[in-house]
Amino acid sequence: MKSTKSTYVSKLVNDLKPSGIRRFFDLAAGMEGVISLGVGEPDFVTPWHVRESAISSLEQGYTSYTPNAGLLELREEIAYYMKSQFDVEYSPKEEIIVTVGASSAIDIAMRTILDPGDEVIVVEPCFVAYVPMVELAGGVAVQVQALKENDFKILPDQLEAVISEKTKAIMLCSPNNPTGTMLSKHELEDIAHLAKKYDLLIVADEIYAELAYDEEYTSMAAIEGMKERTILVSGFSKGFAMTGWRLGFVCSTPEISNAMLKVHQYALMCASTMAQYAAIEALKNGRPEVDEMVKSYRRRRNYIVQSFNEIGLECHNPGGAFYAFPSIKSTGLNSQEFAEQLLLKEGVAVVPGDVFGESGEGHIRCSYATSLEQLQEAVKRIKRFIDSL
Amino acid sequence: MKLTAKEMEIVEILEKDSRVAVEDIAKMVELSVEETKESIKRLEENKVIVKYISIVDWTKVEEHPGVRAMIDVKVTPKRGVGFDEIAERIYRFDEVNSVYLMSGTYDLSVIVEAKSMNEVANFVSQKLSTLDSVLSTTTHFILKKYKHDGIIFEPDNKDKRIVVSP
Repeated sequence: MKSTKSTYVSKLVNDLKPSGIRRFFDLAAGMEGVISLGVGEPDFVTPWHVRESAISSLEQGYTSYTPNAGLLELREEIAYYMKSQFDVEYSPKEEIIVTVGASSAIDIAMRTILDPGDEVIVVEPCFVAYVPMVELAGGVAVQVQALKENDFKILPDQLEAVISEKTKAIMLCSPNNPTGTMLSKHELEDIAHLAKKYDLLIVADEIYAELAYDEEYTSMAAIEGMKERTILVSGFSKGFAMTGWRLGFVCSTPEISNAMLKVHQYALMCASTMAQYAAIEALKNGRPEVDEMVKSYRRRRNYIVQSFNEIGLECHNPGGAFYAFPSIKSTGLNSQEFAEQLLLKEGVAVVPGDVFGESGEGHIRCSYATSLEQLQEAVKRIKRFIDSL
Repeated sequence: MKLTAKEMEIVEILEKDSRVAVEDIAKMVELSVEETKESIKRLEENKVIVKYISIVDWTKVEEHPGVRAMIDVKVTPKRGVGFDEIAERIYRFDEVNSVYLMSGTYDLSVIVEAKSMNEVANFVSQKLSTLDSVLSTTTHFILKKYKHDGIIFEPDNKDKRIVVSP
């Protein structure tokens, strides 16, 4: 698509920054033999029994709408899953909405809570859609920078410094895309304390919750007194390797959920029916595969982080997700230059850190959701590239 | 042998691909190369890792002779030794690849590998069915292998993801 501006397009949309990822996609898509560490999704195909249950739902003719909030059976499974896995209790009938991926969950959350001019504190580097989604909902995104020297963990003081009268919510993503950083229970408690002190909501993007490698995962909603202040966003894409199914969910209080359901029913009606049947199977019988995938990511994380540090790219050890976020400052290049030259010279696609926010500059996001052979080859090529500089 | 968590991981990695370099395994399981080498040695010495082999798809090799048959064998068990004695009589033959004691309508499942169907036929008629305890045999020839020991022979490994995504 060419970026031409039309007078018919609203000022709001015209002013949205195009995603920096797009440029790299276009650049890499035309090249042969590219090893991609630029992919933000699992390298596993959805387990067969999950795919099979979607096929079976089609065979049986389940092709009509589901209730707006999703199939009750699925919401019941989600409730059981959240309780058993993350120790948070949600009522399937009143507090859970099945959405079209976690993205639409964040979107309806923003549209539900924001009045024009309301501020949402967004911790960057972060997923490229947060700021635009806040802006599209009429809000103002106030960005704070999680810094390398703190292993990309945001400090409560940094948050407190930008809280204003207009602040409505803090958006958090842990484990984080793109840094892989996971906040500990203690660190979440510190942020929770601020939310209570200033009467704020936390929009917790917990889509990577399954992919925690060193410590047990703590959900923001599991922190004492936080369930009623949290809009918990999650889904099936990352942990269950179901990105293309577009299936997520959002949990909150009955009041907020009821309001979000209004937005969801008018905007989307309901999530895809066959995907919902697949998700029921994933929750009922998918645990062994999830555990296997987590094990496999963990090993690859260990491999890539150690390898990056060995070849001179300083990299903190990310506690979750499937991203390593090494610093490329030692090369003297900025992250756009590094990523572009690496792609053109060695055919390795990575995502420059600055597309995730200013504090990502000087870093590159490398997804290790790819085979060990590909990772080995990528490390070899990146080393050759650095040595050639 | 009781395995440590790290040894368990090493076994799992090698079971999937026995050619992963020790250096890479060391990184994945967060041990030093020396420690990893020692662990692997211990696993080998204790026969947890029995052997490193390749899974070969012989059908890809032109004019390679070879057939594989699964034979259902009904036998009379003997007092004192049950099925063990007759099973041993059978598995000692070089043609026999595997022998399993089964529940159900027959007793032993015998997998035989030979150069030709004729050779299997000879083995069954001359060696197997002539054993005293063998009551009957039913031979099934394997026509094509799709999946063997968890390995899919012609998997669709194409990465269907877009090259860069958020």
